[in-house]
Amino acid sequence: MAPLLSIRSLEKRFPGVIALAGVDFELQRGEVHALMGENGAGKSTLIKVLTGVHARDGGIVELDGVSIKASSPRHAESLGISTVYQEVNLVPQLSVAENISLGRQPRRWGLISWRRLAQKADTALKQLGLSLDVRRPLSSYSIAIQQLVAIARAIDIDAKMLILDEPTSSLDQQEVELLFSVMNRLRDQGMGIVFVTHFLDQVYEISDRITVLRSGVNVGTAATGNMDRLGLIQRMLGAKWSADTVEGQTRPEKSLDDKLIVLQTRQLGRRGSIEPFDLQIREGEVIGLAGLLGSGRTELVRLLFGLNSASTGTLEVDGQPVSRWSPRKAIDAGFAFCPEDRKREGLVEQLTVRENILLAMQAARSVGSPVPLRRQLEISRTYVDQLNIKTPGVHTRTATLSGGNQQKVLLARWLATKPRLLILDEPTRGIDIGTKAEIEALICELSAAGLAVVLISSELEDLVRCCDRVVVLRDRHVVGEVTGDELNQRCMMEMLAHHDGT
Amino acid sequence: MTAPEIESNGLSRSQLTRSTAIWPLFALGALLLLNAFALPSFFELEFLDGNLYGSLVDVLNRSSIGVVLAVGMTLVIATGGVDLSVGSVLAITGTVAATLMAKTELGVTTAVLISIAVAMLAGALNGLLVTSLKIEPVIATLVLMVSGRGIAKYIAGEQVISVPRDEAFAAFDWIGNGHLFGLPVPTLLALSLALVTFFVVRKTSIGLLIESVGGNAAASRATGINDRMVKLFVYVFAAFCAGVAGLIDTAYINASDPVNAGVFTELDAIFAVLVGGTALTGGRFSLTGSIVGAILLQTLLTTMYAYGVASDVAPVPKAGVILIVCLLQSTKVRTWFRKRARGQQGNPATAFSSPADSSSEEAS
Repeated sequence: MAPLLSIRSLEKRFPGVIALAGVDFELQRGEVHALMGENGAGKSTLIKVLTGVHARDGGIVELDGVSIKASSPRHAESLGISTVYQEVNLVPQLSVAENISLGRQPRRWGLISWRRLAQKADTALKQLGLSLDVRRPLSSYSIAIQQLVAIARAIDIDAKMLILDEPTSSLDQQEVELLFSVMNRLRDQGMGIVFVTHFLDQVYEISDRITVLRSGVNVGTAATGNMDRLGLIQRMLGAKWSADTVEGQTRPEKSLDDKLIVLQTRQLGRRGSIEPFDLQIREGEVIGLAGLLGSGRTELVRLLFGLNSASTGTLEVDGQPVSRWSPRKAIDAGFAFCPEDRKREGLVEQLTVRENILLAMQAARSVGSPVPLRRQLEISRTYVDQLNIKTPGVHTRTATLSGGNQQKVLLARWLATKPRLLILDEPTRGIDIGTKAEIEALICELSAAGLAVVLISSELEDLVRCCDRVVVLRDRHVVGEVTGDELNQRCMMEMLAHHDGT
Repeated sequence: MTAPEIESNGLSRSQLTRSTAIWPLFALGALLLLNAFALPSFFELEFLDGNLYGSLVDVLNRSSIGVVLAVGMTLVIATGGVDLSVGSVLAITGTVAATLMAKTELGVTTAVLISIAVAMLAGALNGLLVTSLKIEPVIATLVLMVSGRGIAKYIAGEQVISVPRDEAFAAFDWIGNGHLFGLPVPTLLALSLALVTFFVVRKTSIGLLIESVGGNAAASRATGINDRMVKLFVYVFAAFCAGVAGLIDTAYINASDPVNAGVFTELDAIFAVLVGGTALTGGRFSLTGSIVGAILLQTLLTTMYAYGVASDVAPVPKAGVILIVCLLQSTKVRTWFRKRARGQQGNPATAFSSPADSSSEEAS
């Protein structure tokens, strides 16, 4: 039988980036097909091309054997492709019934027929095995139920296939079960479901087949039973090795035992974001955090920097437990944090390079004693030179700089505070290879001078190259640590793949 | 704060058009030019007893309340907020001052200090609603805007309170009607407040912190900036300015009218700030622009009165001018004009003006 959806050599280019470089993908009727890949692999671009958000640059998309070209999400829906996104995009203030029929309310003599509206919603929800009071506002239900209402809305339009884009990321275990029972029901009804998630356990629980994307190409499609976790992770991260090759260059062995412990956590954790963990960081040490997207890496460092408050455990700085930890206190203790999302929690894009570089330093001083302009120029120019920031001048707005240069401005901001502990969350994401090498060299140089570094990276080889020790996270747990000879991609991947810590 | 490295050898055209204060200044110039032809008397100045009189002086004198409020409003808007309560705080301050002088034994200085303190307390209330209770600024300050006038009426006992015509209160009358160096005291007060603010904001780091918080509050917090303190400060400061404006207003007529004092002045202040090129979304601000904006509004009003436009109708042309200035500042409209200009002249040079060049804006 012909597949429900068939995509052949799909291409999509953005200025300077090839997002999809000839992707093949197939979806059968009555199948849950997991679409996997790390950030930038092309998952979201693929979905956006399918749903008509982006126009494709090449390739063929066939639904039910008919070639289609969705021109807008609405058009895609009318063709039978429905999508439910991670953030429920319904109207919380409206009732469940109104949300399900939004934009296509049943009318009678030009007026909305409220009775039929409610009936329609009831029917749609029954199909999913749910019964809700459809007159209540959507916001009175949990996120999970809202998610299911979004699904009910999606299939109410005679959907042939359903795309679920990370629907489970904000759900708890029970809610996930509920969602899965609905997915099973739809599968039994013959619906084709594309399931995007970064939780491996869920993939193995629900999906029939798995397709892995990496750098805009399909690097493997297989029945779930035929692709084990290690194989899956290997494909996602794109690492290749053979048993007998020695990986990486030999790092000079640092002896760190006599170095001061800068930071220590004891069962520090935050409910719903990261399970309690113990971590010790010494001066001059570079610690890597390895884990897939959503494994709790970012959540862990946010606790260390006081951006989120812990619900359990203690954090000790120089052996002293801290209380009411906050970014302000963390900075006063000599911590620095370059976040993953530069635009949201990093740069103030309206401000100039100089102002952005000086911001942390200035925030640490009293309002009445600004850094003199002459000194500001000196500092910002020094870092522009040292980090090779490509900018017309220090008075340029940072909004106009490229991603790599924005990252360097952020680094400069923190280096100017002369930190003792530098936390870098994906410092090399989305920046060019030359800049990446520069940043890595800088990390080595700084740690040799005594700076402690916590480095998060999705690229395991980067961690192997830069770190003295790598902490591995999986599903919001710290599951282990590798150092010395074990510090290679294979060991890390096995830990990432391992199930239930056995 | 023009950086020393950028020696200004005449601003380029693109720098000029991109600077925020330039459009209200341009509008003001156009208006004055119009008056120069149509109303020559507008520019007549004369010395009487060593003091300067004339329409221009009058405009400056009458715009002093607007300027003072606009200065405070600029900083609030720069943090991404807005303060709708300044008109009511103005009324409260005036009423408190007048009541203290009329009904107690307190002297002018004490009365002034207490009423300013009351204003700042009101500002602190606004600030706490916004920072601690995380109420949207519009709503938080709307509370005081609505209730403030009621408070003022209550203090005044629902009547106009006159400041006693008395030697002891001559100093208070001077605030509203006096002259110094030949110029009206309110004008000098407004200008000194603006100047002091300008220097404090640029010579300490508070200006940078305000722009940072307004530009990206989450990033500012993660950089160790106490965004709550910054926001609290701007609301207290705006209320302080409203207090000063309230004193000027009350001293001018030597009475406080809790019902009519400062009505709609909060909207004029917001207009002045927006016309001056500070965006409601926060971030970069231009005090100079706001001051020019406030003077522009008053010039417009005075001009219309001079043409004999009834005061009931005057807001309509005022709204028209505001619309035009705002359109001139919109990037869309500017791009459109630039495209047209390029198309007609076939001049590719303008295409090379670097979008990164923002140095001119720093000077504001």
